[in-house]
Amino acid sequence: MIPPAFDYVRPASLGQACRALAEAGEDAKVLSGGQSLIPLLRLRLSYPTVLVDIGRLPEPRAIRDEDDHVFIGATATLDEVVRSAVVNAEVPLVALAARTVADPAVRHRGTFGGSLAHADPAGDLPAVALALDCEFVIASARGERTVPAAGFFQDYLETALAPDEILVGVKVPKLGPGWGFHYEKFHRTAQAWAIVGVAAAVRRADGGVAAARVALTNMGATPLRATAVEAALRGVPADADAVAGACAGADAGTSPPADLHARPDYRRHLARVLTRRAVLAAARARP
Amino acid sequence: MTAAAEKAPPDGTREEVGRARRRKEDARLITGRTQWTDNIQLPGTLHVAFLRSPLAHARIQQVDTAPARGLPGVVAVYSGADFAAEQGSLPCAWPVSDDLVVPDHPPMAVNEVRYVGEAVACVVATDRYKAADALAAIEVDYEPLPAVLDMNEALADGADKVHEAGNKAFTWTFAGGDIDAAFRDAPVVIHRTYVQQRLIPSAMEPRAVVATTDGDTCTLYSATQIPHVLRVMLALTTGIPEHRLRVIAPDVGGGFGSKLQVTAEEVLLLLMTRRLGRPVKWTESRSEGNLTVHHGRDQIQRVKLAADRDGRVRGLSVDLLADMGAYLMLVTPGVPLLGAFMYNGIYKMDAYDFRCTGVFTTKMPTDAYRGAGRPEATYAIERVMDELAAELGIDPIDVRRRNWIAHEEFPYTTIAGLTYDSGHYEAATDRATALFGYADLRAEQARRRQSRDPVQLGIGVSTYTEMCGLAPSRILGSLRYGAGGWEHAEVRMLPTGKVEVVTGSSAHGQGHETAWSQIVADSLGVPFEDVSVLHGDTAVAPKGMDTYGSRSLTIGGMAVLRACEKVKDKARHIAAHLLEASAEDVEYTGGSVRVRGTGAGRTIQENALAVFTAHDLPDGVEPRLDAQATFDPENFSFPHGTHLCAVEVDTETGMSRIRSYVAVDDVGKVVNPLIVEGQVHGGLAQGIGQALFEEAVHDADGNLLTTTLADYLVPSAADLPDFITDRTETPAVSNPLGVKGVGEAGTIASTPAVVNAIVDALRPYGVNDVRMPCSPERVWRALNGGAS
Repeated sequence: MIPPAFDYVRPASLGQACRALAEAGEDAKVLSGGQSLIPLLRLRLSYPTVLVDIGRLPEPRAIRDEDDHVFIGATATLDEVVRSAVVNAEVPLVALAARTVADPAVRHRGTFGGSLAHADPAGDLPAVALALDCEFVIASARGERTVPAAGFFQDYLETALAPDEILVGVKVPKLGPGWGFHYEKFHRTAQAWAIVGVAAAVRRADGGVAAARVALTNMGATPLRATAVEAALRGVPADADAVAGACAGADAGTSPPADLHARPDYRRHLARVLTRRAVLAAARARP
Repeated sequence: MTAAAEKAPPDGTREEVGRARRRKEDARLITGRTQWTDNIQLPGTLHVAFLRSPLAHARIQQVDTAPARGLPGVVAVYSGADFAAEQGSLPCAWPVSDDLVVPDHPPMAVNEVRYVGEAVACVVATDRYKAADALAAIEVDYEPLPAVLDMNEALADGADKVHEAGNKAFTWTFAGGDIDAAFRDAPVVIHRTYVQQRLIPSAMEPRAVVATTDGDTCTLYSATQIPHVLRVMLALTTGIPEHRLRVIAPDVGGGFGSKLQVTAEEVLLLLMTRRLGRPVKWTESRSEGNLTVHHGRDQIQRVKLAADRDGRVRGLSVDLLADMGAYLMLVTPGVPLLGAFMYNGIYKMDAYDFRCTGVFTTKMPTDAYRGAGRPEATYAIERVMDELAAELGIDPIDVRRRNWIAHEEFPYTTIAGLTYDSGHYEAATDRATALFGYADLRAEQARRRQSRDPVQLGIGVSTYTEMCGLAPSRILGSLRYGAGGWEHAEVRMLPTGKVEVVTGSSAHGQGHETAWSQIVADSLGVPFEDVSVLHGDTAVAPKGMDTYGSRSLTIGGMAVLRACEKVKDKARHIAAHLLEASAEDVEYTGGSVRVRGTGAGRTIQENALAVFTAHDLPDGVEPRLDAQATFDPENFSFPHGTHLCAVEVDTETGMSRIRSYVAVDDVGKVVNPLIVEGQVHGGLAQGIGQALFEEAVHDADGNLLTTTLADYLVPSAADLPDFITDRTETPAVSNPLGVKGVGEAGTIASTPAVVNAIVDALRPYGVNDVRMPCSPERVWRALNGGAS
């Protein structure tokens, strides 16, 4: 790795980290697991002047069961999330998606907060956070605030985080009984990013779909909530034809990118097929 | 998991050859306790970074290196003009034809750049970070010229030119039999065009070079496959006298042909160390490597096959366009010719006609990549045989059976003029179909077709052969190759009875140290552990032709065996004297020279000590128990096999998933089944990579878009099925070891097996081809009536 020159700070506490970031100004970057930032540095696509390394801070690493939600610390590694009993029991969609990220080496280094703060629309966790209406807990020298997922992802690689702010953790709501979950990831190799991904949560009642939450990965500059599908699914029988009909508009309102692996029309087609599959799988999943 | 898994018997109960020995080199390679080139830290080393052209084609107006000169840590900054007087032209050692255009290829561009990534300047600095930082300060004025990216457009009248002499590099033709007669009134004629996409060889170890000089001799460490060829070529290119140039290939982490090259960086680092008097070092990044390691394949194959209605092939005509890229590198124009003799595959036919046009484009030059010409040829014939089967409604295995050379017909001279020495296609195919469960899978396929299952099953077959053991020097001469095809070895008995083997083969992952030790252990009757193998340093192994083209065992292994035989002759002579017997009365057996009919004998180790002391040697015998041998084969070797692949194609998404894969290979006598297994697995991964994942993609301006492994998809173990591998063993008769070579077999066989399976799955939907790599999007578009 031959990155450009930068200063490196490893604060001893979250408070110190916030102050370091405030002092460093606009060209500072927060480093945690490094699985997104280090490649950018390596390719000299990013020229930060200071890296504030929060990867070894103990405070934001915890995963806690907190009544109506699970708090997942930002520097918990993806592997810790995948293996967390409370995550698997209470908010399993997070674990289902996290285990599809890259490979074991990346998941042992990469952090939950990092993959959200990086806000790559091809990343798997942003769509999950959006589908579940997670709350993002953000700290800075100015104080702490909370931002809903719907307001967090603002544009391609852009979030509500100000340059002096650090993502501390995420509150993942427990949806309660009756919900099934599935994350459908479509990618060419095991380590590749999703061409399209679909995060689905479905609550069944009386053999039908009582409620559904659906969000799409890599169908635009940010993760997208498939609200039209959610509305169409409400009350339909949980069978293949009915679900397929409700998911036919899964690509509505999206603006899928063109890249080496897929052009937009193909992504739109995939979104429809994969949404149907994700919803059916979630509807069949054990609650 | 091989169906013929080896059971290890107790030590000493059988020969070493054939034994699944764990590789003796692996402990140091896997733990990193070895000297990769990038690990080499010579005192006072300076680090080099190259500024590379961002344009596919441009005239260089001016390079201003001055702004970089004063920057921290910068020792020197050079542009092409600084090297113009001494850098020469990178060599092409295979002038294939009289009409070949060999453009000047300066290691650092001086007047014009012709591909993105071509070096235009460099910084030498005290560390690699400072060197990389200073690149940004160099100012280059380019006058853009038109990029030339498409081979057909490049050959059109009035096309923009890559070189003044035009875009055609050469034309090369071959004709066997009466092709007109074969096609005249042929009941079945099949035309197809196949595209061999451009590939990027992705060796695990990037290229790395260290050059140093003591003022008299220059030493070049390089992650190369070819230290010996490189030394000769560097001497010729730079004018450094050959005897004052030492080339060392330390342990090298893979090559696949990409390190069978004389690179710009090797030449330039030599020039820099001479100029600066200090060691200089360069290690490429993965992205730099994707741009500037020579690429592979990139051919357009127009194939025409004539057959009778019973499926018998009458003739084959091949018109090939081969993308040379911007320049001719070491064997660039020869690669398609290596395929020219293989388009007929394992089949008998009346006529064969081949025409290849080499084309210049403004892209990185192409050159040898695992299989080099033969995977392309095998793909075309194996794909078109499936098309013939589909056209006639015959099972694809049957159509092959009707055309292949029967085992009793060997040796068989093919329509392409090669004499296949041995083979048993029936045995390999029978074994493969049994392991595969061919009939059951066909039945499942029929059920899925019947029920319109969205997931369709396809079955692909590939019955390949390849010419290996490159090569008989006389044949290379007739093809105008610039070197011979022999290999050299030395076997030395040390005073304490241990054995040193010096080989001209240059291992870069193949396990030569283990395989050669097994051959020597059996030949001399010494313990496997007592043999060590030296290679890869022209001062240690001064003579060699290096490692490529599945040649090491068939040629280099044979040289080792020959050297062992010479050592045994000497040992017989010396021992007879010590035993006071005549040389005719002693025999060499089980590691000892014994007098026939008596118990008296001398072990080879005792002989070695006797030679060392030299107290009592026969008159006129030098005190040495060692020998050199050079082996030049009479013929190529011809591994073959039958591969079967079952692919599930999701017709909704276009995703293809390999469900099962059977590889039955016949590589002749097997020295080490574990090494063969490893070669087959790795080869399959690379061949499947071409079929499903890998492609170097350029944009309309000639920028490479696949500069990282996130864009250039190389399959990992998670993307591949569990391979079922097995072997038949029909010994080569062209060498006394009976070996054929295995380095390229998996890559050659697997690509058509996979694509045949995908097309087989889609045939009910009216699809008869999918362009490689068969990405989900391409399959989906093919299913939906679009061009794939």
